[in-house]
Amino acid sequence: MKLTVRIWRQSGPQADGRLVSYAVDEVSPDMSFLEMLDVLNQDLIADGEEPVAFDHDCREGICGSCGVVINGQAHGPERTTSCQLHMRSFRDGDTIDVEPWRAKGFPVVKDLVVDRSALDRIVQAGGYITAPTGSAPDAHATPVPKPDADLAFDNATCIGCGACVAACPNGSAMLFTAAKVTHLSVLPQGQPERARRVLDMVETMDDEGFGGCTNTGECVASCPKGIPFASIATLNREFRKAARSR
Amino acid sequence: MSLTSVNRRPSVLDVVIDAAQRRVGRKRRPAARQFWDSTIGKKIVMAVTGAALLGFVFAHMVGNLKTFFGANDLNAYAHWLRTIGEPVLHYEWFLWIMRAGLVVAVVLHITATVQLVRRDHRARPVRYAHRRPVKATFAVHTMRWGGATLAVFIVWHILDLTVGQVNQDFVAGDPYHNLVADFRVWWVNVIYLVALAMLGLHIDHGFASAARTLGITSVTRERALKVVGRATAIVTTAGFAVVPIAVMTGLVR
Repeated sequence: MKLTVRIWRQSGPQADGRLVSYAVDEVSPDMSFLEMLDVLNQDLIADGEEPVAFDHDCREGICGSCGVVINGQAHGPERTTSCQLHMRSFRDGDTIDVEPWRAKGFPVVKDLVVDRSALDRIVQAGGYITAPTGSAPDAHATPVPKPDADLAFDNATCIGCGACVAACPNGSAMLFTAAKVTHLSVLPQGQPERARRVLDMVETMDDEGFGGCTNTGECVASCPKGIPFASIATLNREFRKAARSR
Repeated sequence: MSLTSVNRRPSVLDVVIDAAQRRVGRKRRPAARQFWDSTIGKKIVMAVTGAALLGFVFAHMVGNLKTFFGANDLNAYAHWLRTIGEPVLHYEWFLWIMRAGLVVAVVLHITATVQLVRRDHRARPVRYAHRRPVKATFAVHTMRWGGATLAVFIVWHILDLTVGQVNQDFVAGDPYHNLVADFRVWWVNVIYLVALAMLGLHIDHGFASAARTLGITSVTRERALKVVGRATAIVTTAGFAVVPIAVMTGLVR
């Protein structure tokens, strides 16, 4: 495959960026999107140019490090992470636009790399659970109903990649925060700090400059882990109850 | 999670101090203030006021259908609205109390929206060069300017059929005559029907959105709530639209 990729190049957080067009000639349809960027970077290094900076780690869709906006879609046209997106999703001769996540809470570090530590601070604001978690307890020590366990697990699959923020027309981090809050609020271990946690996390989410939720569903459509839309309702319910009991 | 955050990872002490400071900081702000300052709090205000306004609009629609029972019935109904609560309340008191409530609801609804929209714009300082392929429904994209259209329409509607300023042939105390005089003019019908389309779209997204904001939605109820919202939107829009259409077609004269 021969492709033209237009990539956002920005030398640093304060620098002005722009889309730069590159031709990538030797692309196999079986390559992942990141491998295509690797090929491009090899060419750039061979030509003595600065390679494109992008975040990546596990490359198997479980760490949440990678994530770029491809043709206007977070993680590209398929519902997966950028590393698990394959070039067969594109056609020979395509022009592909690659941009970093765009949000006030995600300042660009360099090229396609953004600082997503705002999400870490939301999790930090949630604090610790006081339930002792030292050694692995017996599986039946604290009974958890199967539907609750499933719901908690569905939400715990969030890898914090930030695609929800990138896809949201309002740059809102509601789906991320909803996944984290729902995950702990349905488990017995999460009960003692339940109210405090949601209030602190929402306050931090707002302080980080993320937008509000307008229930467009764009976040859910782009989430590689399929966090359910209903989790946002759970977050709202938890917030409402906690605000009343304060 | 990202490279930079690893470098700036806080210690356990940092997190404990941060949480303590946050707790102390919150005490200083009244709960209501903090509720209003949060994005979710504003959304809840929008949802509650939206629900109140929907309740009014639906009752208004049902009342309008009195038109089909003739001038006497509609005018008697209009008069009855002014006598609700008598003799505890005086003539028109209920109406004015309700109007005050509606004004408060509209002001809160719009204030929260404007503040959230401004926040949403700030949250994405650099726009994407490649246009986002849209997955949201059409109704979602009409919420803001459609809502603004409704606000302008409400002013015009009050001047038209309550005050009578812009009405073609206004007779105080004879709403049947006023609406028939109104809907005989084609461009008045256009204004009403466009506003009704906006109202329908606003309810369609607003209903499901408010349910989610209030935390009523769950995985199992999601679909049902969407259907109920859409049905409410269609019934409300159709119920309002039949009156001008009936006048246009000569069914009501």
